[in-house]
Amino acid sequence: MIGVGKMKQYSNVLDKPLSKGKQEVSLTAFAFLFSELVQYNQTQVDNIAELERRLEDAGYAVGSRVLELLCNREKGNRRETRLLGILSFVHSTVWKVLFGKVADSLEKGTEHEDEYMISEKELLVNRFISIPKDMGTFNCGAFVAGIVKGVLDNAGFPAVVTAHFVPIEGQQRPRTTILIKFADEVLKREARLSQ
Amino acid sequence: MDTNDSLRVASLWHSMHAISQQLSPVNGCSGIELLEADTFDLHCFQSLPGTKFFVVCEPGTPHMESLLRYIYELYTDYVLKNPFYEIEMPIRCELFDINLTQAVQSDRVALLGR
Repeated sequence: MIGVGKMKQYSNVLDKPLSKGKQEVSLTAFAFLFSELVQYNQTQVDNIAELERRLEDAGYAVGSRVLELLCNREKGNRRETRLLGILSFVHSTVWKVLFGKVADSLEKGTEHEDEYMISEKELLVNRFISIPKDMGTFNCGAFVAGIVKGVLDNAGFPAVVTAHFVPIEGQQRPRTTILIKFADEVLKREARLSQ
Repeated sequence: MDTNDSLRVASLWHSMHAISQQLSPVNGCSGIELLEADTFDLHCFQSLPGTKFFVVCEPGTPHMESLLRYIYELYTDYVLKNPFYEIEMPIRCELFDINLTQAVQSDRVALLGR
């Protein structure tokens, strides 16, 4: 019978339930789009620090939206209030949804209390990118750092997030580390909550 | 062979390829694919947009066509998706070089013989 099982017609687009979304996207399409993003920003800036900032801003926009979406879709509208909670949320859920796998590792910094590091052997966004020698320490992972910053800021954990290359013995390509440095108020609040 | 020599050889080959396309007695010819000489073989692969990849090897080396096809894949991956590469410039992409040297080592070439 035609019509059986047809979707309910919603009069208002706001009443429609949020879809699960397409689970898979072409890696090539993303690679070309990201490459264009970097090239476009390169034409707008004079130096590398500006370029990194622009990529971070682009990622920030993604991060804030991803947080809202994932809180609704994956966690049933629960909010994270603890530091370790939000960090493991970023490390597993956000990474899994964005890059298809959880991040390689999450570590606490040894030198400072407010530093945490998410490491990845090779960031998905950097997979096809070779940085020319004259660009020094520039890392297109600044985009991913921006995403993490967006998620953390909007969840109530202001932080400074940067992406770094860390050379490893015996491996040709350095691994990438996202360094997260939380603001003082976050640590104070965490200390209060732990009592 | 330094960059200037490579550029000279490549431009020479480009002209020869174009001339051979015109001279061919067969209709619809797409240009030279294999050049056999006494001391070397030259295999050429032309992609759909017209970029030519050629490899100079010892006479009788097998599986050069699949090697060229694999190199084309590497080109589309590590060169075209690199935001710091300008089209038509000499290729200075680290990832492309690393994967290319890996592919050219003899055991890899044997594996590519499909």
